[in-house]
Amino acid sequence: MSKGFKIAYKLGIIAVSILAVIFISSVILVVLDAPILKTFYTICIMPLTRSLHITEILIRAIPLAITAIGVSVAYRSGIINIGAEGQMAMGILAFTATALALPDVPRPVLLPFALLMAALSGGIWGFIPGILKAKLNVSELLSTVMLNYIAAQFYTFCLRVVMMDPAEKMSGGGTPQSMRLTENVWLSRISGRLHYGIVIAVVLAVLIYILLWKTTVGYKMRASGSGARAARYGGINVPLFVVASMVISGAFAGLAGGIEIAGVHRRAIEGITNNYGFSAVVVALFGGLHPLGILPASFFFGLMIYGSTLCPRQVGVPANIVDVMQGVIILVIVTSQMVLSDKYFQDRLWRKYQSFKKRKEA
Amino acid sequence: MDDKIRSLRMEHITKRFPGVLASDDITIEVGEGEVLALVGENGAGKTTLMNILMGIYQQDEGRILINGEEVRFRGPEDAFNAGLGMVHQEYMLVPNMTVTENVALGYKKAWKKGILDLNMVRSRIMEISEKYGLAVNPDAYIWQLSVGEQQKVELVKTLSLGARFLILDEPTSALTPQETDELIVLLKKMTDELSIIFISHKLQEVKALSNKVTILRHGKVVFNGNTDDYSPSEIASKMTGHEVKLPENNDEASHGDVVLEIKDLCVRGDRGNYALDGLDLSVRSGEIVGLAGVSGNGQKELAEAINGLRKIEKGEIALFGCEIGNKKPRSVIEQGMGYIPEERNIEGIVPPFAIRENLILKDVDQKPFSNKSFLKKEKVNENAERLQIEFDIRSAGINTQSGSLSGGNIQKLILARELSRGAKFITAVYPTRGLDLGAVEFIHKELLKKRKEGVGILLISEELDEIINLSDRIAVIYKGRIQKVLEKKDATRARLGILMAGVKEDE
Repeated sequence: MSKGFKIAYKLGIIAVSILAVIFISSVILVVLDAPILKTFYTICIMPLTRSLHITEILIRAIPLAITAIGVSVAYRSGIINIGAEGQMAMGILAFTATALALPDVPRPVLLPFALLMAALSGGIWGFIPGILKAKLNVSELLSTVMLNYIAAQFYTFCLRVVMMDPAEKMSGGGTPQSMRLTENVWLSRISGRLHYGIVIAVVLAVLIYILLWKTTVGYKMRASGSGARAARYGGINVPLFVVASMVISGAFAGLAGGIEIAGVHRRAIEGITNNYGFSAVVVALFGGLHPLGILPASFFFGLMIYGSTLCPRQVGVPANIVDVMQGVIILVIVTSQMVLSDKYFQDRLWRKYQSFKKRKEA
Repeated sequence: MDDKIRSLRMEHITKRFPGVLASDDITIEVGEGEVLALVGENGAGKTTLMNILMGIYQQDEGRILINGEEVRFRGPEDAFNAGLGMVHQEYMLVPNMTVTENVALGYKKAWKKGILDLNMVRSRIMEISEKYGLAVNPDAYIWQLSVGEQQKVELVKTLSLGARFLILDEPTSALTPQETDELIVLLKKMTDELSIIFISHKLQEVKALSNKVTILRHGKVVFNGNTDDYSPSEIASKMTGHEVKLPENNDEASHGDVVLEIKDLCVRGDRGNYALDGLDLSVRSGEIVGLAGVSGNGQKELAEAINGLRKIEKGEIALFGCEIGNKKPRSVIEQGMGYIPEERNIEGIVPPFAIRENLILKDVDQKPFSNKSFLKKEKVNENAERLQIEFDIRSAGINTQSGSLSGGNIQKLILARELSRGAKFITAVYPTRGLDLGAVEFIHKELLKKRKEGVGILLISEELDEIINLSDRIAVIYKGRIQKVLEKKDATRARLGILMAGVKEDE
């Protein structure tokens, strides 16, 4: 097989995957009786046409990127963390609670401290499935999903009871949200609503890249994830690294939640997690589980999520269409990875290609 | 199409993979009732050639003739229909289904409009097992069967589906010596009915079973001849391209200090039974102690207990005077233990890791490979490049995924890691299982070199020749206890065989 053919094969598979996503989404749009081209335009291109739109995309990319980087650390260590949604909620609660409790502490102290608390509480929420997996071999798929439910209910409880904005209580409006947090925990903004969380996301991506590929800790995490028995026999304390990776993963999700509050909302509101925790799993896979792939991937998903919010107004399509497309993308990624690693299929195509060439020459 | 296959010929077969000429103008021929042994080192292109014959790959050039007529196989289905059947090295059986159900998977005749006629399959199995003397229980679940029995199921399956020509890819690589002998007798009987191509690098089997032998090296046929005309050592030298003399340990027995001392060791197996039941064993420095025994008598548990991978219930394991029973693998390694594990693909390496990464698996925290938790890329690479040359690990480079290497090269990688890091004691479990002669020779030489350097070695193996060749003393394990320890000069195959079967000599 020639090198050119191999590259063409890979590009071909990727092109086919993209076409498949477009095709399947189109079918759904047809069913919804929506204008196909205009919908795609609204989701994928329109948000790129104005700088205000672009800042909105980036705002969505920030929590996605940070959470997805955390997810990729766990994934590399052999754990599929689908509990980022709950870990993020716990991070938001810890951040809000810190801000509410210490409103008068000056910003240079309070902001980092509150973010640390957010990371810590997300980390604890990640520690639970980690230790259950390491000690009792409990499937992390079950435990993280269940912990998501607990976190979601606890979040609602806090916002409706303990942390509820006193003004809401007085007015009897009853919107489940905290009061506006002190300015001492605000992240400054760069342009529009875009805040300095983007710098944090890029720095974290670089740090995790260094952790995973340049340090002994990362080496041991990856070894535990991709060959647990060999790692154990090689003297690596596998359970320790399984737990550590889950703590890091949870801490990143919690931190993403804290940053989201500090930069965008500046108070805890219901529904802030916005399924970022679940989308982050897709982003992590889409980015090849590599921090430097996750950054562009989260921009792309930020684009889709933001674009979908434009849909109802522009083309009368429900914004949930992007959820459907995410599902389609997961299926297509998994399928195309299978095809890419299928040598027999590649060989068959190569044969077809050669006999085609021969026929043309003849 | 139910004719006999009187002759099968592959002519001028050429197959290219990226950067490799896997088959280079190969011609082979098998006549009626003949057995052709296809011999060659790992990576010589034997399996590729058979995959071409089975229609899994397509040749770039050349043709296949059956009974003088050219055939074209677009896929394995076509090859089945022509009467060819292959038993792969790794068995393709569904563990939680019965023998009958497994055979039914491919038995199209029994599928009628969504209804599966299992009775028909069962009677077909009985018919085949009677005809060829392959005793199988059609209602047994695959997971209940030993490897040898699974092998028989594979044969029954292939024959039930109508194979009139058998291709066997290293049929004995996972079998015990007893099962191997049994299989050879069976196959010999089958040649009344059909022809066989079998891939092997065990020369005793080649001699025992085949009429003709074809030797491949680097994708080329280097030799063709009648098996009876050549001795095993002649075939071996043609296979490797040089004279092969497996090294022997003829030195004086060691009088070094006892470095490993096991006393009254009791360990539970996976099913909760006592896999080791009061085992005593000692190894001196500069000594190889061979542990002979039929597999399943506690060898695996012993190796794991020594390496901190299995809990011990009772007894002591002292390595250099230090108790290592129930210690973490890390502390055992720090005591100077090196381990060549049984399952080299799972325990020996992290398969997705590059060669250079696997070579530092145990030493990632040590200088010079890391400094204050940061990996030193140049040092890691230097180490890998040096060991790759020194241990002849054949690959595209040190960044190659370890899991993609051949068995022999994976074993060399493990050996390189374990031997280069200055271990003072080595536990080697089935170190040459499934490897070709060249690799076996290499591994034996390295082990003997370490012995000379004063390293104590516990060699666990089923290959009696290997044990007799290398060991200073031979301990026979039976049902979790040491049956007897023989000095090298007293150990004969026959005597070991009797001990391995559990017969006490003084009885």
